[in-house]
Amino acid sequence: MNASERDELYQELILEHNKKPRNYRKIDNPSHAVEGYNPICGDHIYLYLKMDENKIIEDIAFEGSGCAISKSSASLLTMTLKGKTEQEARQLFAEFHDLLTGKMDLQKSGHHLGKLAVFSGIWQYPSRIKCASLAWHALESALKDGKKQVSTE
Amino acid sequence: MLDINKIKNDFPILKREIHGKPLVYLDNAATTLKPVSVVERIRQYYLMETSNIHRGVYYLSEQGTLAFEAVRKKIKDFIGAGDTSEIIFTKSATESINLVAHSFGRTYIKEGDEILITEMEHHSNIVPWQMLCQEIGCLIKVIPIDDEGSIRFDQYEEMLNPKVKLVSLLHVSNALGSINPVKKIIDSAHRLNIPVLIDGTQAVSNTHVNVRELDCDFYVFSGHKIFGPTGIGVLYGKASWLEAMPPFLGGGDMILSVTFEKTIYNHIPYKFEAGTPPIAEVIGLGSAIDYILSIGLPLITSHAEELALYGTQALQTVPGIRLIGTAANKRPIFSFVFEEIHPHDIGTLLDRQGIAVRTGHHCTQPVMHRYQVPATTRASFSIYNSKEDMDKLIQVLMSVKDRFK
Repeated sequence: MNASERDELYQELILEHNKKPRNYRKIDNPSHAVEGYNPICGDHIYLYLKMDENKIIEDIAFEGSGCAISKSSASLLTMTLKGKTEQEARQLFAEFHDLLTGKMDLQKSGHHLGKLAVFSGIWQYPSRIKCASLAWHALESALKDGKKQVSTE
Repeated sequence: MLDINKIKNDFPILKREIHGKPLVYLDNAATTLKPVSVVERIRQYYLMETSNIHRGVYYLSEQGTLAFEAVRKKIKDFIGAGDTSEIIFTKSATESINLVAHSFGRTYIKEGDEILITEMEHHSNIVPWQMLCQEIGCLIKVIPIDDEGSIRFDQYEEMLNPKVKLVSLLHVSNALGSINPVKKIIDSAHRLNIPVLIDGTQAVSNTHVNVRELDCDFYVFSGHKIFGPTGIGVLYGKASWLEAMPPFLGGGDMILSVTFEKTIYNHIPYKFEAGTPPIAEVIGLGSAIDYILSIGLPLITSHAEELALYGTQALQTVPGIRLIGTAANKRPIFSFVFEEIHPHDIGTLLDRQGIAVRTGHHCTQPVMHRYQVPATTRASFSIYNSKEDMDKLIQVLMSVKDRFK
């Protein structure tokens, strides 16, 4: 991978998840449900979680409309977090946040991002960071408050 | 015909490369680029002419006052006002509208009265009136637009009634490009003695405007959308209104005498210009008007008409593009949606090829609602843009489509 490819925001994985988002559905009787909204671009995401009594994410899904970045990010979030504990989800949010803000050295740090590393070039697109973080902010709010609406602004 | 290559030389930014590609600037409805002459004029003022105006008895202040007031005269001639006292400097077109809402609105609009605006208004011509409505209990009534993006004139005429105390609308829509039939609209309102405010922000750089021929009561525009600096706006108001209206902001320069018991306000236009005005910005705006006149407004208008026609036809032939705003009478402002691809993805990918466009709701959320889209991509053209820029835009859009297949 050369420098310009690494900088590329619209990688195949992102375009593919945009076209076929995973876990794109509603969950009946979720333990957590949050609406994430970015008023600047009108992106809307509804995130649903079903967490069991051991604080393990049994099921996670989303619905909504948005750009390729916000949609693929939400899709990858659900794939990554299914089966994880709440603690692990929080840890991943912190790592993903560092990745988006360009604070993470993927080579050096012992991160757990896996496929989420596809967003590594986004810090060069400041206006798009909120697109990638929308679903994650919704998740953070869900873990904190259970059910409500969260805005990026 | 405009000599576009010669004009391009006046704008050094057009020689820049963005992400290694020559800049194609298509966000002129947000702000226009600035020619060297405007920037040099501002530089000259700051480096060699700085002083405060209207007070000093020394040479620099006197010269500064003359330069500042010469621009007021220039604007008066540019928009065909009757007197320089009818030209008020504000910080933006938005502030100009707020001034009218605050001063005219609170004086002449009462509870239960109506203000007519159109469905295509910019937020700057919605929110100040809503604030007024909340305060005094007046009502906003919205003149609908048709699918092409033209005002439903028949419905407008039906909405006119004695409760309407103001009609306020865009001359040219920043989201749709539509040119509103402002003369007809003003004439109809005036038959019931209803005053009319026209927001000419997207019009004055490309359209002959004569406020006395139009007979509008207020006309507003901003400097930075006509090749001038940011931070300067203009409010034209008929002297009869301005004299009757109370001041907007209080402070220095807007007074004749002040005691702790009583203040006597200055004459118009100074009554509405409290504090040190944006002197450099006014002088820069004067230079921008000189620049427009040196190219020639009739030539600029023909260029805009040609681009509007060419762009409309070109975009409509691209499969998957839905052009929002197809009025017969329009300026080269093209809002569109492209298949299912989100405008922000389009905007980022165009940017990687050096093309600057605006994506989002363009401060016209009701327009987005009208056309049932969350956002659009908007390409807006100016004097340094050519048909080749439109061809380039379409060519890159095709490659964006390929990536999203």
